[in-house]
Amino acid sequence: MKTNTIFLTLFFLLVLGAVFLTDCSQRTTQTIVEGDAAQQAYVPPGEYDEFYAFMSGGFSGQVTAYGLPSGRLLKEIPVFSKYPENGYGYSEETKAMFNTSYGEVPWDDSHHIELSQTDGEFDGRWLFVNGNNTPRIARVDLTTFETVEILEIPDVAGLHCAPFITENSEYLVSGTRFSVPIPQEDVGIDTYQENFKGLINYVSVDPEEGHMELAFQIEMPGYNYDLARNGKGKSHGWSFLTTYNSEQAHTLLEVNASQKDKDLLAIVNWKKAEEYLEQGKGQTRETSFYHNLMDESTSIVNSTEVTETTILNPQDCPGMVYFIPVPKSPHGCDVDPTGEFIVGNGKLSADMSIYSFDKLMAAIESEDFAGDINGIPIINYESGLHGILQKPGLGPLHTEFDGKGNAYTTFFISSEVVKWDVESLEVLDRQSTFYSPGHLVIPGGETRKPEGKYLVAMNKITKDRYLPTGPELAHSAQLFDISGEKMKLVLDFPTKGEPHYAQAISAGKIVPNVKKFYRIEDNGHPRAAKGEGQARVEREGKEVHVYMTAIRSHLAPDNIEGIKMDDEVYFHITNLEQDWDVPHGFAVQGATNAELLVMPGQTRTLKWKPFKPGVFAFYCTDFCSALHQEMSGYVRVSPANSDVPLKWGLNNENTTATNMREQAEQQLAQRVDD
Amino acid sequence: MNLLNQSQRITTQRGAARWLMLLGVILLGGLFLFPLWQITLEAAQFPGGLRLNIWIDRFSGDDGTDSIIQNINILNHYIGMQYIEPDSIPELVYFPYVVYGMMALGVGTVLLNKTWGYATWLVIMVVLAILGVYDFYLWMYDYGHNLDPNAPIKVPGMTYMPPLIGEKDLLNFYVKSYPRMGTIFMTLSILLAALATWVSIRKEKVHV
Repeated sequence: MKTNTIFLTLFFLLVLGAVFLTDCSQRTTQTIVEGDAAQQAYVPPGEYDEFYAFMSGGFSGQVTAYGLPSGRLLKEIPVFSKYPENGYGYSEETKAMFNTSYGEVPWDDSHHIELSQTDGEFDGRWLFVNGNNTPRIARVDLTTFETVEILEIPDVAGLHCAPFITENSEYLVSGTRFSVPIPQEDVGIDTYQENFKGLINYVSVDPEEGHMELAFQIEMPGYNYDLARNGKGKSHGWSFLTTYNSEQAHTLLEVNASQKDKDLLAIVNWKKAEEYLEQGKGQTRETSFYHNLMDESTSIVNSTEVTETTILNPQDCPGMVYFIPVPKSPHGCDVDPTGEFIVGNGKLSADMSIYSFDKLMAAIESEDFAGDINGIPIINYESGLHGILQKPGLGPLHTEFDGKGNAYTTFFISSEVVKWDVESLEVLDRQSTFYSPGHLVIPGGETRKPEGKYLVAMNKITKDRYLPTGPELAHSAQLFDISGEKMKLVLDFPTKGEPHYAQAISAGKIVPNVKKFYRIEDNGHPRAAKGEGQARVEREGKEVHVYMTAIRSHLAPDNIEGIKMDDEVYFHITNLEQDWDVPHGFAVQGATNAELLVMPGQTRTLKWKPFKPGVFAFYCTDFCSALHQEMSGYVRVSPANSDVPLKWGLNNENTTATNMREQAEQQLAQRVDD
Repeated sequence: MNLLNQSQRITTQRGAARWLMLLGVILLGGLFLFPLWQITLEAAQFPGGLRLNIWIDRFSGDDGTDSIIQNINILNHYIGMQYIEPDSIPELVYFPYVVYGMMALGVGTVLLNKTWGYATWLVIMVVLAILGVYDFYLWMYDYGHNLDPNAPIKVPGMTYMPPLIGEKDLLNFYVKSYPRMGTIFMTLSILLAALATWVSIRKEKVHV
């Protein structure tokens, strides 16, 4: 009896304890939003957000634009993955964007967003982002939010460490994540130490047009180059890159690349590299990579293969590259707005090392070195150090700055954002992020003039933030107000893909330059029909070219006959509208590629292969007016041996090739007269 | 003594009429620098509205291009309004010559410096201005009433004439029509001519 009571009591207590504990653990993951926090993220209908946040899409290969502080998704910008929603990568004009030395690669893993800078501040002109898997860098034009250029980077693997920008957008700096044999060859993987090399790449950016060019590459020891930042202000002209796997392991890196207490921070003097390049110290080497560039007037992507690259070797170029030890398996490497402090994080270290640019320069001046690696001097760890931030948290990843002397670092393992003073190395505040954060962003946080009002921490694993969606849950961003002394959680919002990094910019730097439509007069597309009078169908052997116009609410021509089974039909759709937000869509039954979205004043081409004789419908897919449903037409397909003449028309005004040409010529003559 | 003062005043007034008229003629040139009229179409789907500026010799949107005409034409075709084709409006061609003519005549009256000269110019200008507004009214009447019988949208009894001056609901649009700087300059020019005439009359009275 007595024992029974004791057992019962114990059992009861256990159950109570379990319930209490469960309750406890759940509460800690719930957002406790204080007071008016929600109101801070509220942007009333009709009002705009204060900032744009551009987030990379990780495995989605794309970029998404969000408004801050509302967290509203504004647009998904297709970059490295084909996008049937608007025909990007499927239309004849944009197919070439995916050309690489590996052939057409219609997907990638996008990681780091970099906005163009002038004098160390965002200028709102372009956005650059890397493709990690098939090493390449893309440029998005921020007047149109369209990807206009992709440059492949040769002889590297996993372009994770990219595309970090210099303060006047002189260069996009990138480093190989995986070292590989250079040039590629069939060697044993266990010959890693002798055969594998790393490259640090400098892509120059044309200051007027933004066009990218691979300026030079620096051959480095076979480590893994992870992240980078460029100097600003006094440290302008220098790049800082973290490396891991200085052990040069090639299997079970989890263990074998985590042996040394310190890895290395690579420090590159790129102004010096430029000098060496001019002196002809670079070696040209044959290689192959693709440069895909959209022509502004035709909006057609031209793809060129480049077959040469210039390599600088640190052994031939003294004073160009240095190393300094950095705590175990570093990830981020961030330069503060003054350009003086460089934060090197060791993922597996309890402390964070903060370097001083002045001290690094003094150490280089006095040759305060502890040996060298392949001719690259290693600066003494203590000599370059501004100080050590003692035990700020577990697993430091990334740091951004608010422009008021504070740094904010994400801690992956201890799941928090920690605010600390860069000068005094004092921890000032810490806030839990729920589950593990990756990158974080403050508008302008990478620049010389951050706007320290908000901070977004991007979470990598977000188990219970939103309604469940099967085994895969939405990734989350968490918005903190950092205008006060303490950080304040304001909002959670789901993101697309897995954003690795974001940059946020004041809306005022983008909105005034946004293009509302393409001027039809400036449309240089060779197959554009710049007026309904130019709409026509032409046969070129087995190819049939349909020069079609779209305007609210009809397509011209809307009846096409005389297509035969063996033909390849090219629908060249020109949107004649000259107004904001009036794209027209085009879809044709049996299209095995995609639909098209054609922006006002633009021409886009869809290739269509007839699949059986009959009459097939085509129509506009983007609701454009009250008569949108009526915006459609038919294409008739006849057997290959039939003699149905090529005929097309609108409103029963049928036209054949002969009299159409006359009309077109008249139209053209009239246009010239006008 | 008194007489001398008077004669001085006569000279001043004679000069004043000339200067006023000259200023009036210059201000008339403002017709080439600013639009005469603006018709604004406001609707939920057009933030900020569609603004059509009517100049002495052309139409434009606020961005200085003629894409506004195309956009208004696209909207108009649903209700069967005729397309606005600036090339087919003869007034846009000859109105500038009328203004050049009036500026030349104005300079003539300044050289002539006679009351009847100023008065004649004033009367012609006022008549032309009234005719111009009436002509504008006729065009708008024609656009608003002369609808295509095959239009996709037909609302019984509905016409689409924008107000000459003022504001009005037209289907989903709230239409505003107001004079702009060009008209203000022209009005100032007329007022200055009137002032010149008046000053000149006073001068002649004193002289007599």
